[in-house]
Amino acid sequence: MIGIIRRFINKFFNGLFKKKKHIKLGLYGPPNGGKTTLANRICKDWLGEEMGKVSNIPHETREIQIKEQIVIKSGGKELSFNLVDTPGIATKIDYEDFLKSGMKEKEAKIRAKEATKGVIDAIRWLDDMDLVIVVLDATADPYSQVNITIIGNLQARDIPVLLVGNKVDLKRAKLKRVQSAFPQYNLVGISAKYGNSMEEFYEALFKIAS
Amino acid sequence: MLTLQFIPYAEIQGLSSGRRTKKLLDAAKQNKIVLLQGRLTKQEEADLIQKTMEQIDDKFKGIELSVIAPGNMDGAWHEKVKQQLLSLLMGDREGFTIIGPATIVKEIRKDPHKIQLLMKDKRKR
Repeated sequence: MIGIIRRFINKFFNGLFKKKKHIKLGLYGPPNGGKTTLANRICKDWLGEEMGKVSNIPHETREIQIKEQIVIKSGGKELSFNLVDTPGIATKIDYEDFLKSGMKEKEAKIRAKEATKGVIDAIRWLDDMDLVIVVLDATADPYSQVNITIIGNLQARDIPVLLVGNKVDLKRAKLKRVQSAFPQYNLVGISAKYGNSMEEFYEALFKIAS
Repeated sequence: MLTLQFIPYAEIQGLSSGRRTKKLLDAAKQNKIVLLQGRLTKQEEADLIQKTMEQIDDKFKGIELSVIAPGNMDGAWHEKVKQQLLSLLMGDREGFTIIGPATIVKEIRKDPHKIQLLMKDKRKR
């Protein structure tokens, strides 16, 4: 509740005195949806450099990563933002899952501990976001409670959302199923890894941000 | 033995958000599967995830959570207004919330028509 009031006051005063120069654009979603791959794609497209490390092991991103002052252009318009890549939100973290990836027990336990802190931080940062891209793996079940909780919290905070169905390069991707889980949002299907449909993604981002 | 604990909405209605989430998490930590009448607010769901993360250790691996909401929100506008008024007056007692410890419940699969609780193989727990 305090967060909502704080956000309302921030919005009110920002609107009164100045137009925000750099919006905070957050990447949210469950682990391994491709948030950092998308962050890297955006940074490569507009800054020529990557933002963070990606891997197939869940919870690779365990700290909030920020890339400041990204300026993107589309159709004669310009949008500048600070990109905030967040750790994947989960309801469970088992260090034994990391052992399966060949990690030693000590390393796996440290990773699990860092991952729990990452989830807490990601949720704390929700109140600071001006716009959020929810990155879902289009091959996974979209009806998971984590997805519903993330989107519900953004809705409750009145934060604009762009819904992205990632990994459309894979045959198992089911964009229609993702759309039917969240019919109130426009969905953009992309492959952040290969850069498929990124123009469509940037156009949708401009629409949401304006 | 697997314990399924039913919590009627009346039991959490008078509790603060913090105590609601604590009650549910405490039950899950006792290896019970909780069936709560009604639902938490979105903020409470996020708080529950945060508190779960704070308590994860070698034994407690987290929770599986699923909310089954009533499917009548696609109805006419007066039905939606009626639902929202009822929620405001009576609390979110529509639907069910299922919470189980991740060491027992492997996955809760849900689509608009069915819910499946997939349990972990006891030998692997």
